[in-house]
Parts: sequence; C-alpha cells; structure tokens
Amino acid sequence: MVSNFGFGALVITLIVSIYGIIAAVYGARKNSLAWVESARKAMLLTFPLISLVALSIIYLLVTGDYQVQYVYNVTSSTMPIYLKVTALWGGQAGSLIFWSLLLSAFASAVTLRKWDRDREFLPWVIVVALVTLVFFVGMSIFFENPFVRFWQTAGGAEAVAMFKPVGATNLTPFDGRGLNPLLRHPGMIIHPPMLYLGFVSFVIPFAFAIAALVTGRTDDRWIRVTRRWTLVAWLFLSLGLVLGSRWAYDVLGWGGYWAWDPVEIAAFMPFLSGTAFLHSVMIQEKRGLFKRWNMVLIILTYSLVIFGTFLTRSGVLSSVHAFSQSAIGPLFFGYIGITFAISLALLLQRWNALRSEGEMHSMLSREALFLLNNLLFMGILVVCFWGVLFPLISELFTGQKVTVGPPFYERSTGPLFAALLLLMGVAPLSAWGHSTVKTLGKAMWKPFIASLIVPVIAYVLGVRAPMAFVAFWLCGFVALITLYEYYRGVAARHRKNGENVFAALWNLMGRNRRRYGGYIIHLGVVLMALGIIGIEMFQTETQGTIPPGGQMSLGSYTISFDKLDIFDTADGRNVARAVVSVERDGKPLGQLFPRRDYYYDSQQPMTIPGVRSTMEDDLYVLLVDWEPISSTGVTFKVYHNPLVNWLWLGGFVFIFGTLVAAWPEKEPEPVRVPAVNRKMTSSGVQSAD
Amino acid sequence: MALNQTAAKTSPRSRVKFIIGGLLIVTAVVYLIFTSTQASAQYFLTVDELSQKSVDVGSREIRVSGAVLGDTIQYDAQNLLLTFEVAHVPGDNAEIEAQGGLAEVLHAAVVDTSRSRIKVEYHGVMPDLLRNEAQAIMTGRMNENGVFVAQELLLKCPTKYEEAVPEQAEGG
Repeated sequence: MVSNFGFGALVITLIVSIYGIIAAVYGARKNSLAWVESARKAMLLTFPLISLVALSIIYLLVTGDYQVQYVYNVTSSTMPIYLKVTALWGGQAGSLIFWSLLLSAFASAVTLRKWDRDREFLPWVIVVALVTLVFFVGMSIFFENPFVRFWQTAGGAEAVAMFKPVGATNLTPFDGRGLNPLLRHPGMIIHPPMLYLGFVSFVIPFAFAIAALVTGRTDDRWIRVTRRWTLVAWLFLSLGLVLGSRWAYDVLGWGGYWAWDPVEIAAFMPFLSGTAFLHSVMIQEKRGLFKRWNMVLIILTYSLVIFGTFLTRSGVLSSVHAFSQSAIGPLFFGYIGITFAISLALLLQRWNALRSEGEMHSMLSREALFLLNNLLFMGILVVCFWGVLFPLISELFTGQKVTVGPPFYERSTGPLFAALLLLMGVAPLSAWGHSTVKTLGKAMWKPFIASLIVPVIAYVLGVRAPMAFVAFWLCGFVALITLYEYYRGVAARHRKNGENVFAALWNLMGRNRRRYGGYIIHLGVVLMALGIIGIEMFQTETQGTIPPGGQMSLGSYTISFDKLDIFDTADGRNVARAVVSVERDGKPLGQLFPRRDYYYDSQQPMTIPGVRSTMEDDLYVLLVDWEPISSTGVTFKVYHNPLVNWLWLGGFVFIFGTLVAAWPEKEPEPVRVPAVNRKMTSSGVQSAD
Repeated sequence: MALNQTAAKTSPRSRVKFIIGGLLIVTAVVYLIFTSTQASAQYFLTVDELSQKSVDVGSREIRVSGAVLGDTIQYDAQNLLLTFEVAHVPGDNAEIEAQGGLAEVLHAAVVDTSRSRIKVEYHGVMPDLLRNEAQAIMTGRMNENGVFVAQELLLKCPTKYEEAVPEQAEGG
C-alpha cells in the first residue's frame, strides 16, 4: 500500500519535472512570464512530492515492512528507531531518493528568492535543476526502485518486482539483514548526508553559470548571486570529509584517517575543483579576469559531483566502499558525458563575450598567485583522476589491470600540498596588480625571522628527520604570516579609530568576513597539516601478547593488562572488554578499555580502540585477540599517533572560518566598478545573497 | 586555458613569462605523476594468473583478489601471524555480473575444489570481516615458497550487506 503510494509519488515527480523543463524552455523562448511562472510552480511542487516518497520509505523502514527489498537489506528489528530512519541513506536506492530530495529542496529555495534583477536567469536555473532531478528520479524509477518487493509466484519461486506478478502471493521475510555494525556510528550517520549536501549545493552555482551562458549575461552577476551557495556547498563537503576521516579513525581500527580509497578520492575531487573555483571567482570579482576559467571550473565541479555520486554507488572500481554493483554505471557515464559536452558547447558559444577585462603583468601579483593556486589544485585533481582511472586505462591498452595505491598519491601530491601551504601564506601578502620580490619580502621578513624558532623548538623536542624540520617550519611560517595579517589589521584600526584590541578585531572581521574568514580557514589548514605531519611522519606501533599483570611498552608509554571481561548486552552484542592501565615514564595516567563487540544478528565483530587522547599525542590501543578460557594472554596492538588531535582541531577551526566567511553581510561591500557594468554591479549588491 | 585567456591582452614579454611559468608547473605535475606511477604501480591479477605464472611479475608488488576459504583460516595470536587460502574468482566486473553477482561467484569459488588456490600470509591484526566466502583483495608479493605475503588486506562481504564497509588493515 505505502509502497504503491510512494512509487506513485515518484512517477508524478518525474512527470511534473519533465513538464517543468518544457514550460521553462518554452517560457524563456517565447518570453512568456506565465509559462516561466508555471515552470517555477512545477519546481516547487517537486519538493513536497519527493518528501512524500522519502516519508513513504521512512515509514516502511520504521514499521519494518520486510517485504520491501530495500527495507530487508538495510534494517533489522533490533535496530533503534533513529538508525531505521537514517537507513534512508544506508543503501543505494534510498541514497538516490535522498539525493533527489536535497536537490529539490535547494532548487526550490533558490526559486523562492527575489528575482527582480535576474529574471532572465530563472527559467534556465529551473531547467538545469530539473534536468538533474529527472536523471536521478528516472534512475530511481527504472533501475534502483526502493519500493520493489518480494513475491512468491504461483510456481513457488521467489520474485522481486514492483507490482504483484499474476497469481503471486506476498513474501515477507521474518527479519531484515540489518545495517552493518561498522556503520552504526554517529559519524557515519551524518557523514553521508553532509557529503550529499555538499554535492547537491554545487548544482546551484552550476545552474546559474549555465543560465548566464544561455542568456548571454556573462558579467559576474551569476558569481555574486551564488557566492554564498558555493561557500555552503564547500562547507558541507569539508564537513563530510572531516567526519569520514574521524569515523575511519574511531571505528576501522587501523590507526589511520585517510586511505586514498577511490571513493574517498571521488568525494575529494569536487572539493579540489570547488576550492579552486572558490578562489578564482574572487579574481573575477575584483579584477575581471579568469571568466572562462571560472566557467570551466564550475562545469568540471558539477561533472565531478555526479561522478562522485556515481563512484560511491557502482562497482566500477575496486573500492572498499563500493560494494553495490548495478546497471546504473553506463547511465551515469552517459549523463556526465552529455551534460559536460553541452556545457562546453555553451561555453564556446560565449567564448568571446567572456574576454578578460584586465590583464596580468606581474608574476607576483595577487592574481598571478591565485592562478598558481588554481594550477596546484588542478594538479592534485589530475593526480587523483589519473590514480582513479589508471586501472581502466591500463586495462584498455595492455589488457592488464594495474592499480596504484596510497604510495602513488602520497608521493605525487605531497610536494603539491607543500607548495599550496607555502602559497597560502605568501599570497595574502601580495598586492593586486603588481608586487615584486621586494614588496613581498618587506611584508613578510618579520614573520619569517620569527618562524625560524620553530625548527629550533622541534630540535629541542627531539625531532631529527630533515623533512620534518621543513614541514614544521612551513606550518609555523604560514601560521605566523596569517596571524601577522590580523595583527596589522587590528593595529591599523587601533591607530586610526582608537578602538581597543577586541573591538578592532571584531570590526575588522565584521567588515570583511570573506577575507578574514578565509584567513581563519587558512589557520585551520595549518593546524590540520600539523596533525597530518605528526601521524604520517612520527606514528609508531607495536604489538604483543601479555598475560594479566604483564606489561608492554611503546616509546615512553607502558601499558599493563589488568583484566578482561566478557559479557552479553541487551541489544544483541557479545562484548569482550579489556582493562588496561597506562603509564608514562613510570607515572600512572589512568585506564583504557579497548574492546571487541560481536554482533549476533550480523555475525560480525567490531573492534573499538581504547584511546588516550591529548593535544600532544594519542595512545591508541586495540584488543586483537584473547585466549577464551585460561586467559593466559591477551594480544594488543598499540599505536602512538603524535599530534593527531591537531588534525581534528584544525577541522573545527576550518569549519568555523567557513561559517564566518559564509555569514550574510549586512553592509554592501566595496565593489570593483568597471565602466561597462557599473550600473549592474552597484545596484545588484544589496540583493546578492 | 587560463593561461591563454589571461595572456590574451598581456604584452608579449609577460605573456612569455606566464607561459613558461605555467609550463614549468605542468611539467612538474606530469613528472610527479609519471615517476610515482612507475614506482608504485601494482598489477591486479587473479589467482589463476598468479598460480599459472602467466604473467611475469618478478618481485613486483601485486594485487590479487580471491574468495576466502573459511576452513583454512589460521591465526597465531602470539605472533599475529594470519594464514589462509583464497580461491580464484574472475577479476572482471562484467564477468562477475554475468555469473549472478559477487555473492554467487564467491560461493561457487569456495565450493568448487578444482579452482586454483593460493596460500596467503599476513602479519598483523586479524580483520573483523575475514570469514568464509568473503572477498579478499590483497596487496603484496609472492615469496619463494609460492606463498603470497600480503602487506595490505581488504575484505568485502557481499553476502551479508548491500552496503560496503571499509575494512582495512595495513601491515608493516
């Protein structure tokens, strides 16, 4: 019943969306407001419709209707209700519906804005959003239907179909398979929606870019309108990536946070092109350069977003994430290819209109360094793309599957990330238009001198690896430059307006949120870099089997095994929990409780580390194995992860900075006013959202 | 593209400067990709290819995927030494699909005693997902005794879940 209702709503969504596309195109061609308005209504209607579809799925999940294949696959009766609800995105079919829901919500929100000055964009924004929606909804209806059910045919065979085959009876399994225990982690419940929110938000700037290309209104209005959307998309994508890393660290029990898995890379690629876009639009706003390049970047980001959704949802690559294998692969590729080709064709058509308004003279000017930033981000993107596609390419040409692993990515992106880090420090000091080595040197010699203390401190603390000195120095240098920028801004306000330090800092950031929010993000990146350097360069590990009362050491730490408890819990787990005392240099530091939970329903164990976490380091203890009866010995694996918490702290700072930058500005900011579009920009600022 | 565009109106001298600068960066990226690929490319082989030595892999690092035989799993917790055997499964997704999906293929591989098999050795923590009919994707080298010494071990259990869970163990 509910299945049929949900499926019906899905089909109506498809029809309404197709109508909306036709109405929008027709309305734009005929210049008919009524038709465009009708298209807008169709767009708005998709949201309640898909909400009904999603609610139907949630209803089936919560009531445990195991006749529905999707419900059977992702839930079981022992799961708590919040996990049943979030199982909406626990599998492939539900994820696609969730994607569509987010898209229609965002696109509807956009169509509700005031369009006064941008009326000509409206139909084309609707077209892009609805075409994307039709693709996903169509996929749900024809290939990944979340409502298909189990039937027992007249012949006694099992069948999976949407509608009851003739003569068949309902077949309802007693219980579902349940969500994998490893996915029952708070980080894992919000990680996919965050990534999806990021993915979907990037559709909006893309829609405006296409609208600008189609209408020929190729000034930077589309960038101003979507600036906040871009930041929001970027915020969610960043959150998704950080949460995913944290989940890996907490749950997967290998002491790491990032494995260069193809699916991680698939989520990382739109982040890279999006970050490049975020930076280079500033150059278009300030200097009128890079117009074509920005178009290329947003088109690329859109394609990568679809590609990312596809990679996580198909079996095209041997990834640990992509277990699901289905027919949707070729369709995704077809869709990406067609939309990419059409977008590029539109771009070429407007190629001459997108001429730069200015020119670049100096290699060290702000705009040139932004260009360098873009090239580096693109370089990392190319590395990732190559790594993901290399197996496919090599198989095509040599017939032999050859893959590249994490060492490939580490080797090739390492220098690029280091260059980006350095650039991140230097670029904010350079001036628009023209900078020389002399002006740059003048701006940064003080932080440079101060930063030389960092390697000295590192040496005193016992660091001996040459690369580590460079890495730590780089972090210190960039952090000091960025703080120095704050200092200069605050000092200037203090001198000029007599404001006290805090008022000056507050006003400084309030005045130019994007700039100073950006600097906070940069500081966050430095902190994250510190954490990454710590765990990548200084991680140590040991393992061993010790009897009760026995000890093992790692560095200055000693752990002693006190006891092991084994017990059952009410929610169907068998828990083996070790009690371990930690000492450092003979000083007791408390106890850790590494454990292993065995889930009876899914017959799967899950290893939960005992972690002693400080800003200096993490002591990460895993319970590996034990002798069941005599308890003659328990095996532990111990990791020492220096500085890793700076990675998470940096993540917080990073997200905070993005929020500062994305927070709505009250006062109109100073804008670049080239003669051509003076009227447009100065009048358009107030409504820019 | 960006270079052409920004250089469009720039004076010839600085245009040359920018083109050289851009080319340097592109060269650097290409160099990094090329050398890293050379240094870390791994052949992805099936158990058949590996046991028949149809491809000369020498001491190169290789990746191999196979179906885990549950009865052969042995774990020496004292020394953290894990040994098991894997049976041949097709390496091609289309082929797997044609044979009824990964779960079917893994089951068939384990049941069929005529399939070629290899012994695997792994030093480290026993992964939670290691069990009968799991798909093991291993990275490592063949030793002189014909045992595959895995450095890295990834496991998939499609029989249980539609959704994938990363299960990864990295050995030293």
